[in-house]
Amino acid sequence: MTEALKLTGLSKDFPVGKRLFGPPKALVRAVQPVDLTVQKGETLGIVGESGCGKSTLARMLVGLLSPSSGRIEIEGEPLDNANPAEFGKKIQYVFQDPISSLNPRKTIRQIMEAPLRHLHGLGPAARAARISEIFAAVNLREEFLDRYPHEFSGGQAQRIGIARALAADARILILDEPVSALDVSVQAQVLNLLADLKAEFRLTYLFISHDLAVVEAVSDRIAVLYFGAVVEVGPAAEIFANPRHPYTRLLADSAPVVGRPLQAPEGRETELPDPLNPPRGCAFRARCPRAVERCGLETPALAPVSERTEAACFNPADG
Amino acid sequence: MSAFLTLLARNRLALGGLIVLCIVVLLALLTPLLPLKPPNVTDTASRFQPPFSEGALLGTDHLGRDLLSRLMWGTRLSLAVGFSAAVIAATLGAAIGIVAGYYGGRTDNVIMRGVDMLMAFPYILLALAIVAALGPGLMNALIAVAAVNIPFFARNIRGITVGIANKEFVDAAKLAGMSDAKIIVTEVLPNVIPVIVIAMSTTVGWMILETAGLSFLGLGSQPPVADLGSMLGEARSALITNPHTSVVPGLMILVIVMAINLLGDGVRDALDPRLKSGALSRPMPATMVRREGPIPQAQGDDLLAIRELETQFHVKDRVYRAVGGVDMSLRPGECVGLIGESGSGKSVTALSVMGLVASPPGVITGGAVYYEGRDIVGAPYETLRSMRGRRVAYIFQDPLATLHPLYTVGDQLIEAVSSHRRVGREEGRAHAIDLLKQVRIPNAENRIDSYPHEMSGGMRQRVGIAMALANDPEIIIADEPTTALDVTVQAQILTLLSDLRRERGLAILFITHDFGVVAQLCDRVAVMYAGRIVEEGPTDAILNAPAHPYTSKLMACVPELGGGRRRLEAIPGLPPAVDRLPDGCAFADRCHVATEACRTGDIPLDPHGPARRVRCINPVLAPKTEAAQ
Repeated sequence: MTEALKLTGLSKDFPVGKRLFGPPKALVRAVQPVDLTVQKGETLGIVGESGCGKSTLARMLVGLLSPSSGRIEIEGEPLDNANPAEFGKKIQYVFQDPISSLNPRKTIRQIMEAPLRHLHGLGPAARAARISEIFAAVNLREEFLDRYPHEFSGGQAQRIGIARALAADARILILDEPVSALDVSVQAQVLNLLADLKAEFRLTYLFISHDLAVVEAVSDRIAVLYFGAVVEVGPAAEIFANPRHPYTRLLADSAPVVGRPLQAPEGRETELPDPLNPPRGCAFRARCPRAVERCGLETPALAPVSERTEAACFNPADG
Repeated sequence: MSAFLTLLARNRLALGGLIVLCIVVLLALLTPLLPLKPPNVTDTASRFQPPFSEGALLGTDHLGRDLLSRLMWGTRLSLAVGFSAAVIAATLGAAIGIVAGYYGGRTDNVIMRGVDMLMAFPYILLALAIVAALGPGLMNALIAVAAVNIPFFARNIRGITVGIANKEFVDAAKLAGMSDAKIIVTEVLPNVIPVIVIAMSTTVGWMILETAGLSFLGLGSQPPVADLGSMLGEARSALITNPHTSVVPGLMILVIVMAINLLGDGVRDALDPRLKSGALSRPMPATMVRREGPIPQAQGDDLLAIRELETQFHVKDRVYRAVGGVDMSLRPGECVGLIGESGSGKSVTALSVMGLVASPPGVITGGAVYYEGRDIVGAPYETLRSMRGRRVAYIFQDPLATLHPLYTVGDQLIEAVSSHRRVGREEGRAHAIDLLKQVRIPNAENRIDSYPHEMSGGMRQRVGIAMALANDPEIIIADEPTTALDVTVQAQILTLLSDLRRERGLAILFITHDFGVVAQLCDRVAVMYAGRIVEEGPTDAILNAPAHPYTSKLMACVPELGGGRRRLEAIPGLPPAVDRLPDGCAFADRCHVATEACRTGDIPLDPHGPARRVRCINPVLAPKTEAAQ
């Protein structure tokens, strides 16, 4: 297997308190330097709670945000000019809200033609042929092409969003919560469609979600994000069954599962650390039942804890 | 477009304005063709002729010029200048606004501070200064009027553009390789055009007035050519002796500006999506009740009993049967889960209990809701109001939307209490702190003075629960209270609800789409599909052996943690629209065991084993009890 996507030390700072001239008052680190690789044909799941930086990370990967540091390599070639048109041919994005990702004033045909025309410069006949090919692949009828987005249900609109991403002919898709706005019965249809497309077009997925069960069901490997940093990464089958990082364990224990009695995994109300005033050492320390003295002094780096799992923890759970 | 015209025509005043304006514009356009006297030929012998004198229908002015002819030519000029100024101001202002809003950051800052500086000058002073610099003349007056109106458009359009530029479809266009210029023209512009039209329609009248004002001061049109403003200016000296020379152009200005403003308001109302959706029409304090047929009787001694409840939405000539005959009951201290997909009617069922469905368009068309044996569907508003929050309280999905952003959470808690009984300041505050402690908010004494936006989502939902508890209700109806929360926070909130229920003997109706949540919290569960309950019974029994094909399929298509990587069982197709429900079982088209019998007649909710009921003529018979565990 070769690497489809490689991130080295990728980070993002946002200025706070912008001024007309001069530097901003403070910087907030939304994504700590992240190193990740995604193999060709793999699905890497990314889970984390709101505010953990998963969407910021995803937007950097398609050039919608320029990284503050680090580099992105796509299929071995560096690409860090934050130009979405350059990225678009190699890596595409499927948005969370299927309706608001489609321009309400354009027909589906106009929406579908945009990547074909601007990224690949296809003529009208070639565009029409390519669109029918893609629509067949995502099980959409061609009569939909002359309608407007508001005429579609969430599931259909998400299929259109996926079709648009496929039209760019990119080999890597960033799926940013692609099913969380959909009803469960439709969610399964879309997840299965994504699995079929992946096999058919040999795609690589980066699947972002807050729903652990969905991520586990679709991913080969899973990375867990907390406070802008990857705290654990490992095979999907093991990561929640046998969590090493205490935060991963907290997530796994919090998910409601049929047949498991209700219990608060944390006794007290706890809140995420303040990004304007990040804590010293491990960001999870204040919530962590396994914290040791060292956790308050140094920030743990991602290190192997077993054959295929890495965790950023000084005191990881035993495997 | 035709929908827009129908909406506009429904507004009588706007229609009147449109007709008057059309007549004025038509006359102005036809002026060169009409048999009028030349407007600028003086005839001092017949000066100040009164109206209706021979050869001069509206009389003549101080130089003996025909007033009718001058009025027509003047109107023509005033309209042309006013509309041109509006178009120029709108084009330039919108261009500035779109560029500032789309690029944001420093570009935005520099442009908008410049616009702010323009706005800081008094309107008419700025126009005077521009004309003074350029010299008098109609063209320069036009430039001045356009220039002073540019900031108005720029600010308006920038605000709208900022919202659109952050939409996901703009990101998608960037990823489709479109250039910024192309995105502005094809993605952003079509979405701001309605706003530009609205802003223009409400300002054209104002610009005509301003041009007239400059001409009145002698800075606009120069003699002998006259627009309405300079006609007024010239007539000023004869205001007392020959008032008709001022009244004629004055009335015309009044008519034009009134017509344009009435039309402009109508255009704005017709184009504004909020008005179109009827969001601004004020709902009634309680849902309308129009029950036909017999009212079902209460059975047993349930705390809350919903019997054959039917709630519909009447929108134009369509009837959406959101709730089509729901039966369910809640005993003291019991937690019942109501599970279903969006559009299944679960929220409408819950809101119908206390008459909270917005009316219009919502109508309760049948059934009854018994609280301690009393029917509250037909109850007078005062009775309902005294029960809301006091007997039955609600917790909603999004606490940010249900908490008022401008009041502290303490004020809102005290208000919730004081709407049912009189409390003193100190007592109310102590009670509010106590409530916050009950929902395990740390440091409640300080948190009581926080505003909702200062709290995290989980904290806000705790405040929402505290508000529901404020009057010590017997029943809490929780409508997806944890859907918007993170999984670790969800676990905390669910534990809290479960503890409160045990401590206080609360009955909870818990609406959700998540089987895991139901399994952990609820004693019984009811599954809704297309406005009806399809299966109901003890949670364990249903989750272990669902009898309705919909329940079993819905459970199969939800991935469960620990299941490993797999293909999910999808349910083909979509739920039916509730304004076109099929005969028989609504699920038949998506069901793998459906027969012909499923598509005819009403299928009852029949008993199925102990304490269970299922609405299916072909239920899954063999419960796979042990195997499922």
